[in-house]
Amino acid sequence: MTDPATFVLATDGASVFVRNLTLFVLAAFVGYEIITKIPTNLHTPLMSGANAISGITLIGSVVVAGSGETLYATVLGFLAVVMATVNVVGGYLVTNSMLDQFRSGGRD
Amino acid sequence: MAAILDLPEAALAFVYLVAGVMFIQGLRDMTHPRTAPRGNLISAGGMALAVGVTVLVTNILTPVLLFAGLLVGGAVGVWLAVTVETTEMPQLVGLFNGFGGGASALVAGAEVIDMFGTGSFGVGVTATASLAGIIGAVTFWGSVVAAGKLHGVIDDSAVRYDGEQIAKAAFLIVAVLAGLHLTLRPPLLGSVPLAEWVPSYWVLIVAASILGVLLVIPIGGADMPVVIALLNSYSGLAAATTGFVLSNSVLIIAGTLVGASGLILTIIMCESMNRSLANVFFGGIGESGDDG
Repeated sequence: MTDPATFVLATDGASVFVRNLTLFVLAAFVGYEIITKIPTNLHTPLMSGANAISGITLIGSVVVAGSGETLYATVLGFLAVVMATVNVVGGYLVTNSMLDQFRSGGRD
Repeated sequence: MAAILDLPEAALAFVYLVAGVMFIQGLRDMTHPRTAPRGNLISAGGMALAVGVTVLVTNILTPVLLFAGLLVGGAVGVWLAVTVETTEMPQLVGLFNGFGGGASALVAGAEVIDMFGTGSFGVGVTATASLAGIIGAVTFWGSVVAAGKLHGVIDDSAVRYDGEQIAKAAFLIVAVLAGLHLTLRPPLLGSVPLAEWVPSYWVLIVAASILGVLLVIPIGGADMPVVIALLNSYSGLAAATTGFVLSNSVLIIAGTLVGASGLILTIIMCESMNRSLANVFFGGIGESGDDG
């Protein structure tokens, strides 16, 4: 587990898992709490914005594509980088243009 | 090439924390019309920060390939987002979402292959990688079908057939069995799971891909926005499980955030469209009533 790509703080597997689980549970509560009342016309932009955030998997793609030691892993990493970058860049741009349309008066 | 920036691990974890807070603030701002544009910017800033620092600190063995990937993906993303018609935006979001889920499945696969190559892998990693693979592949193919239905390239009526639920269950079981095979590596099938490209992971991916198609095919076009919202929640979960595989804090935080808030948004959208979540989720069991 000394692979520089994994950024491990604690060294034994069980405590690493519990630390990750802690982040997971707390983030789940935050995600549950921040979405409360949303006007209907913001449903699609919010979905699109959240979708862009899920492109965070790009970080995993970068780590794997960068440290891939076998040909298989490098090819998969490259494909993952392309797909995740489309998700991130396209996602934020589309969200932005959706929100622009509200500002230019298209409210209902 | 060694890492461009030699940051201590604690500093990197701190930058990831800042990015995580920016995602939370960005999402919260996006729930109000006045603050929504700012929210999207804050969230994009968090993403740029997290990705930027990762590119700088990662020990990159193949820099040309990595930057080529970023460039190609960025160009395609810009081109799709700029040329899209307003009415086509929902299916484009669906397609982007599928790409995110697919990337998570590929990352988990690459990590498993790397670990089998070096001979150092734990049950925790193979189990979470299996989970990331299943959710990611379901998200990719489900999103592609959903986007295709919205775009009119796939028949957007609810396609029903006999034994629908049994077919879905069968492919889920195959995917789970392949994941168990990868995780437990029983002597059954000899050295097959230890081949360089880890075949059991790809059996899992194929089964989960078919499951993703089967899950969305029976759902009618009118329900597609809700389906895409739900798949968005899935792609967040796929990113979070990939975070478990790589033990990366910001992947877990941001992925889980989208997983949870995406689920709430799906429920809210269902309510405003007068649909039942269970109905959409299981492909309209209540509508025909003669399944199983």
